[in-house]
Amino acid sequence: MAETSGNGKVIRVEVLRYRPEQDEEPFLQGYDVPFTDDMSVLQGLQYIKDWLDGTLSFRWSCRMAICGSCGMMIDGEPRLACKTFLRDFPAGTVRVEALAHFPIERDLVIRMDDFLAKLERIKPYIIPKEERTLAQGEYLQTPAQLDVYEQFSSCINCLLCYAACPQYGLNPDFVGPGIMALLHRYNADSRDGAAVERMEIAGSEAGVFNCTAVGYCSEVCPKHVDPANAVNQNKTRAAGDYFLRLVRPKGGAK
Amino acid sequence: MKPINRRSNAPVFWGLFGAGGMLAALFGPVLVFITGIAVPLVLILPADAMSWPRMQAFAQHWAGKGLLFVVVALFMWHAMHRILHSLHDLGVHAGTALKFACYGLALLVTMTAAWILVAVGF
Repeated sequence: MAETSGNGKVIRVEVLRYRPEQDEEPFLQGYDVPFTDDMSVLQGLQYIKDWLDGTLSFRWSCRMAICGSCGMMIDGEPRLACKTFLRDFPAGTVRVEALAHFPIERDLVIRMDDFLAKLERIKPYIIPKEERTLAQGEYLQTPAQLDVYEQFSSCINCLLCYAACPQYGLNPDFVGPGIMALLHRYNADSRDGAAVERMEIAGSEAGVFNCTAVGYCSEVCPKHVDPANAVNQNKTRAAGDYFLRLVRPKGGAK
Repeated sequence: MKPINRRSNAPVFWGLFGAGGMLAALFGPVLVFITGIAVPLVLILPADAMSWPRMQAFAQHWAGKGLLFVVVALFMWHAMHRILHSLHDLGVHAGTALKFACYGLALLVTMTAAWILVAVGF
């Protein structure tokens, strides 16, 4: 790979390795990677896999911060490897580890079963308030109605917010920041009619009240989603539901 | 993943916490200034601003009673909720006993405040 070793710069990449069939526990392994200023951490890992050590495992796909596959801890911070550049580690060394708070499947690959199970439960799709036939045409929405939820729809399920959330780390039953952002994305959509159903999850013991308003989730989001805001809005709404069910005539209460 | 259908009772405590936090933000600093700095050092306020007869009259007026009650009770609910959650962050996880201790203390202070405010008369 002559073109990447052209300018003679080399960075030491410390990678957390774990191969369950042969390693007792995860350990750091260092590689010297020649790089140019336009190379991402992901490209550094690809260099390792192609030229130094073919046994290294990591997830990636799009290389452009939209697939959400390459989330990892880079020097202790949850980041996308494709959106983080090797030139930004002037000390000449960078540590790359599997995302915090998740079980490691192998090397930098984590198990996301917990997140996927939660994602299914919130029904992350529009359940129309009123069914329309084809003849009735499309579901219309004003720009103002779009503004209410649009930022939350940018979530790419990369799980950086989960690695950032100390409460998820302490209690993995907590539905967590990403799920709350997605739940809010559908609840806040003017075309959707399933908010009551989803609020059962937001207001449950696994729901929003596990959050202690740390806000790091919103800081690490590579797509500028604000999960902390989604959680806060739903704390208010869940508290409203909790008290209002006592005065509502019937239904509602559970 | 555990089933997540049980409705959380947190809104009760979160509501008291929120109300106390709002009140603490609005009144806390000025109360510290009046009771801790201005009156003892006779700054701005007259020396007898918190004298016994004045404070007794304040506590005997219905508006003074109300203010004292919400300030004492809600500050306490706010503080105990915050302490409970900070302990959780420090690795001391809230079991039933710890919850009873924290919220129980807040309830005790609330009832004591109410009792004293009634006892000072009208």
